Amino acid sequence: MKILVTAKRVPDPEQKVKLKGNELDQSATNWQLNQFDEYAVETALRLTENASAGNARDGEVVVVSIGPKDVQQQLRSTLAMGADKAILVAGEDAELDAEIVARTIQKLAERDKPDLILMGKLAADSESNDAGQRLAGYLGWPQATFAGTIEVVDGGKALLVGREVDAGIETKKVTLPAVVTVDLRIVAPHAIKNGKTAKDHAYAEGPRYASLKGIMAAKKKPIEDTTLQALGVTAQKRIKTTTLEAPPARKAGIKVQSVEELVQKLHSEAKVI
Amino acid sequence: MLTAENYGYSGIVQLPQDIELLRTQTRRLVDRDLRPRTLEIERERKIPEELVATLRELGYFGITIPERYGGLGLSTLAHAVLQEELGRAHAAFNMLISGNNGIGVMGLVLAGSEEQKERWLPRLASGEWIAAFALTEPNAGSDAQAIEARAVRDGDRFILNGTKHYISRGDIADLVTVFAVTDPATRARGGITAFVVERGTPGFRVARIQDSMGSDVIKQAELVFEDCPVPAGNVVGEIGQGFATAMRILDLGRLSLAARCLGTMEELLSVSVAHAKNRVQFKKPIAEQPAIQHMLADTATDIAMLRPALYTAASRRDAGETVTQDAAMLKLYASEALGRAADRAVQIHGGMGFMRDCVVEGIYREARMMRIVEGTSEIQRMLIARGVLEGQR
Repeated sequence: MKILVTAKRVPDPEQKVKLKGNELDQSATNWQLNQFDEYAVETALRLTENASAGNARDGEVVVVSIGPKDVQQQLRSTLAMGADKAILVAGEDAELDAEIVARTIQKLAERDKPDLILMGKLAADSESNDAGQRLAGYLGWPQATFAGTIEVVDGGKALLVGREVDAGIETKKVTLPAVVTVDLRIVAPHAIKNGKTAKDHAYAEGPRYASLKGIMAAKKKPIEDTTLQALGVTAQKRIKTTTLEAPPARKAGIKVQSVEELVQKLHSEAKVI
Repeated sequence: MLTAENYGYSGIVQLPQDIELLRTQTRRLVDRDLRPRTLEIERERKIPEELVATLRELGYFGITIPERYGGLGLSTLAHAVLQEELGRAHAAFNMLISGNNGIGVMGLVLAGSEEQKERWLPRLASGEWIAAFALTEPNAGSDAQAIEARAVRDGDRFILNGTKHYISRGDIADLVTVFAVTDPATRARGGITAFVVERGTPGFRVARIQDSMGSDVIKQAELVFEDCPVPAGNVVGEIGQGFATAMRILDLGRLSLAARCLGTMEELLSVSVAHAKNRVQFKKPIAEQPAIQHMLADTATDIAMLRPALYTAASRRDAGETVTQDAAMLKLYASEALGRAADRAVQIHGGMGFMRDCVVEGIYREARMMRIVEGTSEIQRMLIARGVLEGQR
């Protein structure tokens, strides 16, 4: 199975955000891989290996990012985890939106013909949650979003995807090629059944750590540099940021003497009960 | 959180991309899996098995062992960066892996025969075996050439007798590099020989664990050799050249010890800053008190001075230069700076810092060892002064 995984670098969510005029001051930003994209990489690796036979690889995982040159660092970290190849499409965050991202991945999918495109359900910075949906629409491929489990079925021609929806888990069958966006539980120990790894195999919770050997091997793996132009992307940005402001500072709290007083204040002052 | 980036070292020493990746991946491991367990490890006096397995699986036991023997053969700079990052977690992690990356294997790496390397290094690189270094004896500490352990030739073997003590990992080591006198007439000038001795060799036993001021997760032990037969094939390097080998091994270890101290200082600063911002006294966070600010500033300054000096020395060694003098200076400076930083961190935490359930309490005790182990501050000063008098600086 050939899998294309999208990966975006985002500012460290734990770092305090600074504003500079009407935009974010990113001069001292610690960049990291979007958490859900890291889960997507882990998902792709689990789908293309036999963990019951020394993690023997069976398939190809290609990770793509759109961003400035520095994103190489995040792409290398996915190569260190075990991905085979990376593609870096030159671009600046400020000039991108979900439309351009979806059109870019569409072009790459048409060029490289992956069997599956895996994406994080959203990026931790913009939290748009629409690139995957747009992409599936443009490609005319089936989609399954918020995947919490994936099972390869029909001899590798389709996936059974457990989706996390408000009412519980919805299971969808998608024929390949397809677009799947992943949620947090996709990296649970038994979330992936690829038909090769023993069904009862328990992975460690969460995305894998890159081994030191993997890290050193990553520098020899290829990163293809390309541009929106070279891929033939003509889409224009449709979303414009009009203002950006920090949330208002929280007011100081108060201490109450009793549960009765708390209930009374929640009712009469906070008006939440 | 305070991280290396906040001090802007990259402007001074730009790390190669692969080393930067080693750092970020190790930091991720430390922050997610190791640091959160510090107090548990301190309380239980044990590294959880699954974490030992993780370190094995990821290759942390084979950082410096050459690739052809199953290790990664990483540069001094890469090793320093990894030790620095691990230094932010409980000291036991550094101590667990440092024998296999440093003094426990360096004898074999530097002076071992091809056959010896092939026989022992792969098991050490994978972490299946643990290595220790046994030089110190009850009557031979800083004066290492005063060792009394004797090895007497007996056909194709040596008979080893003696006592080694304060041997880190001595109780868990599968392979120990032991130094013994083979010619009492010449001693350090051709009469001390290095051997590797496997656990289970008749006559070799762990006499006792030596309880210490530190956390005792990775322990010090007394090792006794009584008529212990060691095959001549276990001699590391030339017969009689063991003392020079020991000095080379210790010289190599100094930069990684400095790196470990640096990482621990970063952890101390990080927890001290967090505490100072949260702890309210006199109706404001203590971080607003000049006395607290000065302590934070002093530790931050030591860190900022140390890091580029360490990376520079490591890079120079990787370029083939001799950095004995720099390594001694860095070990001296880093261990003493760590002592100061630990003292300040306890002071910033106040009564809390004196309590067993505070991270800085354990670090304070453990830090005291760093000015003693692998060459005391006084020995480092002696080495540095020798270089100075010879006109090196």
